[in-house]
Amino acid sequence: MAKFKGAIVVDIEHCKGCSLCVVACPTHVIDLNPDVNGKGYHYAYMKNPDACIGCASCGLVCPDSVISVYKKAVE
Amino acid sequence: MAEVKLMKGNEVIAETAIRCGCDGYFGYPITPQSEVMETLMLRKPWEETGMVVLQAESELAAINMVYGGASCGKKVMTSSSSPGISLKQEGITYIAGAELPCLVVDVMRGGPGLGTIQPSQSDYFQATKGGGHGDYHLIVLAPASVQEMSDFVVLGFELAFKYRNPAMILADGVIGQMMEKVVLPDYTPRWTDEEIEKISGSWALTGKKKRERHVITSLELEAHRQEVFNEKLQRKYREIEANEVRYEALYCEDADYILVAYGSTARICQKSIQLAREAGIKVGLLRPITLYPFPYQPIAGLCSQVKGFMSVEMSAGQMVEDVRLAVDGKVKVDFYGRMGGVVPTPEEIVEALKTKFMI
Amino acid sequence: MELTDIIKEENLVLKKSSLLTDNIMHYCPGCTHGVVHKLIAEVIEELNIQDQAIGVSPVGCSVFAYNYIDIDWAEAAHGRAPAVATAISRLHPEKYVFTYQGDGDLASIGCAEIMHACNRGENIVVVFINNAIYGMTGGQMAPTTLLGQVTATTPYGRDAKLNGFPMKITELLAQLDGTCYVTRQSADTPGAVRKTKNAIRKAFQNTRLQKGLSFVEVVGTCNSGWKMSPVDANKWMHEHMFAKYPLGDIKDI
Repeated sequence: MAKFKGAIVVDIEHCKGCSLCVVACPTHVIDLNPDVNGKGYHYAYMKNPDACIGCASCGLVCPDSVISVYKKAVE
Repeated sequence: MAEVKLMKGNEVIAETAIRCGCDGYFGYPITPQSEVMETLMLRKPWEETGMVVLQAESELAAINMVYGGASCGKKVMTSSSSPGISLKQEGITYIAGAELPCLVVDVMRGGPGLGTIQPSQSDYFQATKGGGHGDYHLIVLAPASVQEMSDFVVLGFELAFKYRNPAMILADGVIGQMMEKVVLPDYTPRWTDEEIEKISGSWALTGKKKRERHVITSLELEAHRQEVFNEKLQRKYREIEANEVRYEALYCEDADYILVAYGSTARICQKSIQLAREAGIKVGLLRPITLYPFPYQPIAGLCSQVKGFMSVEMSAGQMVEDVRLAVDGKVKVDFYGRMGGVVPTPEEIVEALKTKFMI
Repeated sequence: MELTDIIKEENLVLKKSSLLTDNIMHYCPGCTHGVVHKLIAEVIEELNIQDQAIGVSPVGCSVFAYNYIDIDWAEAAHGRAPAVATAISRLHPEKYVFTYQGDGDLASIGCAEIMHACNRGENIVVVFINNAIYGMTGGQMAPTTLLGQVTATTPYGRDAKLNGFPMKITELLAQLDGTCYVTRQSADTPGAVRKTKNAIRKAFQNTRLQKGLSFVEVVGTCNSGWKMSPVDANKWMHEHMFAKYPLGDIKDI
């Protein structure tokens, strides 16, 4: 079975730090950044990027469509 | 071909709507105007012109269907009578606020409350002063004959689209129920998509193609932007007031007294004038055809030559306030009216004139 | 493998729908409206009907739906969206007309309009967000508020004697012959989001097939109104809302 590596890109300024992606992520990749964006929200980021499998669960539950998900098969 | 028929006022509204290319009628039964929808249902215009006719679950739904249809740039209308119009006021103010063209027909009956089913003219305030909330006006046309019921359907749509503003035909139970000879207009086809694009393409909901999305709304949370919009509406109303005043003046040239009356009351006043003149009293009639915009100037212009004005209405005295505004204290203004569905006789109007002005 | 090897156009598997505008949604963090807006945008995009879709937004938090999905919209008076949509659909029978309504709008002030649009079998889609509260006006009781639930107008909890019972409007509407598809979904987990998207897609396809009225309820959260964090609100929804409002298709013909 092919293994996949994934990554997400968060539109930081549009993230409202709701945490729904944090709990939706099955491999505990995402957390809220201790830093805040321009609106004062702790935005989502990949705290543990190596664990990302590109399943897109985070993007699916994101109410503000700020997460782009990338996925690549590993040889 | 233009066709001459003997018809009821309410039936004529329906027949003319079909003939003038109306796209949709949405209504709810209420006396004394139920014949409008009944006639449409009998005529089945959806088979003939494709016009949609729908009996809604309530007046609220009917007027909001009009809002929806008007949002698409279609020629849509509704009709009702006083209590039903009160219900429709919510939708009417939204339509005015979203600057949508449509036609609303009010065949007035007596009130307040459920009132009576007999004729009345006590919706003058709610029709001309904005019956719903917010600063807005309808263009209000007052037919005094079955012929005008027909003519004003055409004119109402024309003005509604000219100004992107709801228009109202303010008739009364007499005009709605009585039968008269009417010359019906020729058939005008419903607008094609291309014509709607041409007429209302800058705002109508036609599906977002290669353009910005269109949004029909009356909401603006930012106070200053809402004020800018209010000012725009007010400019539109000033333009309507400058351009669209319509009235009829009969026997005013030599008159000492002017009766001001609209709708069926104006018809009765014509007989009163005849009776008065036979008795040597020179009386004229000024009949506002547009109640909004009101013919303030024509009335003001008569002040220098007459002794007084008497507003005659089937109400407790509503239009008389506008007559007073027009006359501005220059001569005497008085009022004679009947209420509760009672129609005044020509004789009692003459008597009232004598009592109020000559004793 | 470096991140830069993964984050490349050819590896992109999920991105914001091109039908969502650049406007930042005014919704609170974690609001279900955002997820459902996204799903509607994605379905319209995937069905390639942007030029034929007309939305009707309600009064309530989602009054501004028209700021976010790039199609033609009409904003309706409170509760009247189904009447507005009725006329649009009848005058544009080839278009995909949908309403987007909350529980106060649809199940309280607009009860008559939704009932009769369903009963007439208008060929429209209704997306109904049930978060058991009035969000925009500050968290007052909705018809769908649960017994015991604290809101601004049920400060001691909803009491059946005082306030009546939570209304299962969706089950009521499923009884009407004009509805062809009635379903209740949620949008809290990735699986639930997928199911809701499928339901919305099916609803729009029903419009294409002229099947009648499709009704998609989405049980959602109003974490601000509920005075919880978004994550806790989802938990509360699981524990309390789904018992009263069970998920799944109620009618599919």
